[in-house]
Amino acid sequence: MQAPSILATHEPKAAREVNWEHLWDLVVILTQKEIRSRYKNSALGYVWSVANPLLFAIIYYIVFGQIMKVPVENYALFLMAGLLPWHWLANSLSAAPNIFLANATLIKKVRFPRHVLVVSYVLNEGIHFVLSIPVIIGFLLVNGMSPSWSWLTGIPLLLVAEFLIVYGLAVTLASLNLFFRDLERLTALLITVLFFLTPITYSSAMAPAPYRTLLYANPVAALIESWREMFLHGQLSWLWIGSCYLSAVATLLVGSFVYWRMAPKFAEVI
Amino acid sequence: MTAICFDHVSKWYPRYQSLSHGIKSSLLHLPETLRSLKRERIRVLEDVSFRIDKGETVGLIGPNGAGKSTTLALMAGVVEAEAGQVVVGSRVSPLLELGAGFHFDLTGSENIILHGVLLGLTRREVFSKMKAIITFSELEASIDQPLRTYSSGMIARLGFAIACHLDPEILLIDEILSVGDFSFQLKCNAKIDEFKRQQVTMVLVSHSMAHVQRLCDRVIWLEKGRIMGEGAPSVILAEYEKSAQLRHGEDRSSAA
Repeated sequence: MQAPSILATHEPKAAREVNWEHLWDLVVILTQKEIRSRYKNSALGYVWSVANPLLFAIIYYIVFGQIMKVPVENYALFLMAGLLPWHWLANSLSAAPNIFLANATLIKKVRFPRHVLVVSYVLNEGIHFVLSIPVIIGFLLVNGMSPSWSWLTGIPLLLVAEFLIVYGLAVTLASLNLFFRDLERLTALLITVLFFLTPITYSSAMAPAPYRTLLYANPVAALIESWREMFLHGQLSWLWIGSCYLSAVATLLVGSFVYWRMAPKFAEVI
Repeated sequence: MTAICFDHVSKWYPRYQSLSHGIKSSLLHLPETLRSLKRERIRVLEDVSFRIDKGETVGLIGPNGAGKSTTLALMAGVVEAEAGQVVVGSRVSPLLELGAGFHFDLTGSENIILHGVLLGLTRREVFSKMKAIITFSELEASIDQPLRTYSSGMIARLGFAIACHLDPEILLIDEILSVGDFSFQLKCNAKIDEFKRQQVTMVLVSHSMAHVQRLCDRVIWLEKGRIMGEGAPSVILAEYEKSAQLRHGEDRSSAA
């Protein structure tokens, strides 16, 4: 064999640099794919992304509002304001373990930044959430309330925070599931647990003191409460938003670390 | 100029299967699991060295499980070598197997964009090549239909048409040339000859000896992760066939 040491110089520098235009195009194209493929085969399209949380809202309204008589005003509106952002998170996380698996052939053959698959999935669910915000406005108007100017700052801030949190958790699940396939079943359970540990059907103010600290250990609690307070009362608590971003940074760090450690092995185990 | 260089490359896969049995059992027996991970490794490539010059067409041959696809995966950069160094010089395009990276609910033209971007082009670049790709694929009539209405031959055409227009400097071809009808195969062959003239480096994995004989300048024969022979197609193919027949004969005599 010839001496290969001199060959290292052939490695092109350009290939090592990130091509931002291409990365952006990947995100756009994969998100479009997710959205189109969801709607192409369903006549009702948009209705489905609202119908699901709406159905749950009706069930919880009957069970907790009418039967158990939770003392919350405008309980239906209260539920919707928490359930819609929750569904973005829950839908993304329950799909997360399968995101890389569903693209196995691609991951085995083509070199591209794999986390883009997770980014576009979470974005796709996020877009459905944004499109469902008018439903909340509808509920507000029915109850004789109206949107507030604070939404203009609140919505972008919380969208970014939720995207980062969901992405951080989803990329962790998607990566780990390639190595521990049990995670898929575990995820479904964890989402149910997380649902009841998050103030969606109740508000954190209703929880007795010792449980309240437990609630604040949940990185999603502050997020859902922030959304609801903003939708219902136009109020933004900077303390809560701050803690949302703290959770975002934490989940993002964990997710990036797991992804960074495991991504080179994806093609081998998938 | 060298396009691809493997310098004493070894690749082994740990037995991840033992982990996928379940978290519970692997956690309960954690020290054992870790030990078994270190011990139970499957060697796929062992101390493989070769270099491929720019513009060369090289065939990888060998029985199933010889490490051909792993070699391609190392070239494509989707897996990393455990030992040794892999240096790949320029823009690599893998030719994907049927339907990989396609989405069946999207139309032909939407799939061209999806596929092109996944393989490394920007959207602007894909748009500028769109017409040429459609013309080459000869699918003008059905390009706005969803892909699930396509026959497998039509999908193969689309895939090949896209790959041809990526301006690859290195093209990795894994057993897909025998698709499409006869006239499209002639077109593929003509395109590959054109690539040769344009000094595109091609690495071809194939079990079709006729393909390898016709297309390749050089052949690398892998077996159980080692290089058994390397050189002119006629010489290496003859040796390979002889060894395969020998093994077949042994199998028969041991079975008898």
